[in-house]
Amino acid sequence: MVPENLYYTKEHEWVLLQNGKAKIGITDHAQKQLGDVVYVELPAVGAQLKQMSSCGIIESVKAVSEIYSPLSGKVKTSNIALSDHPEKVNHSPFGEGWMFELEEIQESELKNLLSAQSYRELIGNES
Amino acid sequence: MITDVNSNKNFTPLLSLHQKEGGKLIPFAGWQMPVEYSGIIQEHRQVRKDAGLFDLSHMGEIQVSGKDALELLQKLATNDLSLLQEGQACYTVMCHEKGGILDDLIVYRLQGKLSNLDEYLLVVNASNTNKILRWIKDHISADKEVHIQDLTHETALLAVQGPNSQKFLQEFCPLDLNSIRYYYGTQTEVAKISCFLSRTGYTGEDGFELYFNPKFAEQLWTTLRKKGVPPIGLGARDTLRLEAGYLLYGNDISEEISPLTAGLSWVVKFGKGDFIGKQSLLKQKEEGISQKLIAFTMENRSIPRKGYRLFLNSEKIGITTSGTFSPTLEKGIGLGIVEFSQMKEDPFKTGMKIEVEIRGEKHPALICKKPFIKGSVKYGS
Repeated sequence: MVPENLYYTKEHEWVLLQNGKAKIGITDHAQKQLGDVVYVELPAVGAQLKQMSSCGIIESVKAVSEIYSPLSGKVKTSNIALSDHPEKVNHSPFGEGWMFELEEIQESELKNLLSAQSYRELIGNES
Repeated sequence: MITDVNSNKNFTPLLSLHQKEGGKLIPFAGWQMPVEYSGIIQEHRQVRKDAGLFDLSHMGEIQVSGKDALELLQKLATNDLSLLQEGQACYTVMCHEKGGILDDLIVYRLQGKLSNLDEYLLVVNASNTNKILRWIKDHISADKEVHIQDLTHETALLAVQGPNSQKFLQEFCPLDLNSIRYYYGTQTEVAKISCFLSRTGYTGEDGFELYFNPKFAEQLWTTLRKKGVPPIGLGARDTLRLEAGYLLYGNDISEEISPLTAGLSWVVKFGKGDFIGKQSLLKQKEEGISQKLIAFTMENRSIPRKGYRLFLNSEKIGITTSGTFSPTLEKGIGLGIVEFSQMKEDPFKTGMKIEVEIRGEKHPALICKKPFIKGSVKYGS
């Protein structure tokens, strides 16, 4: 599942642009690769992030992975529900499993991100 | 099992079935093995509450036979194998001269002295199979009658583990499984396929392991699966064994760790005669050890992993050797090796608060007893 209306990174994050803000999560492909997500550490509200900087941690039963910020900006909110229910990342990676929202983004950075089509090619045309 | 000479990869006879079942395959000790199917947590819970089916064909099997087989094995293993009855199994380690662990293994006595064909089966870690084969061969004197055979590629190994595993397997087996006690095995048939069946495992649950000819592997796997027992990958095998407090070679024990440090003094029998590593281990016992293995649970949601540093009152005391999220306790659990002065009394007690350093931050943890959870396995039954 690779929704058309999102931007993607090579590190398997997605970006939804909404009213000048960017909502961010990890893709369905990423959650399948990770397996059961049991711990999520998100960037603090107010933190200033640089594009593709490491800004969080996601742990499955077996492994620790980093979350990269697809864009530069300031963290407006983060999905605190994930601290008690990290499994939402598996069940609904594009919905309730979202991770954080950025404001003060620079739209010029979008050119560094992948379209749905390019992301599909990256993950080997998984439907 | 097929060995691909070009890539030096070994393949379980069930590889294509694992792929068909949606198993996620990973390289493991030179083998391509399934790490998970439906998800580690679900598979883990399936084994704790019911039963699950494991392919363990990567494990090494070494047959040691001949009239001097016992004498050789007694020299190599720390446990006393002379006490084994026919069909009985024994957990032991092999050490090098300095007392470090070369491998932990199960030794089955397949045939007794009476049959004049003393025969043992050693089940060793996949990552250590070649090392142990070499080690055994290097310790055979020319005048001794011992035959060594690597049966790894002629043996498929399946495990059925979980509180309902006996009920499940009984349907396929003419033998009354009540007659097989913990750490015993016998030659029998399962679904009309000839197997060596033992009540052993690595999950903390009651269960059985089946050793048989790999040409029947697909047939037996499919028969058992059709009756509804789900497949379990190596991911859940690791969380199950850690909850049960079992050690993993390469993590918790290694050539640098002695069985006394690792809490395995119960497999070291100083009274049985000479064995490799005995003098070093005796010295350790007399002088006292200065490090030991502890178990701990996290006090917050963080998850310990192998290699994290352990602290007590901001002083570094050791390192995590295994760690994971426990699906049963729903929190982080771990094992670690901690160091202390051998002149003083061991300061690390159950209930003591320590800290685990995770990505630069210290997280609270409590030292606890093993096992983390008690499963359905009946030790010594």
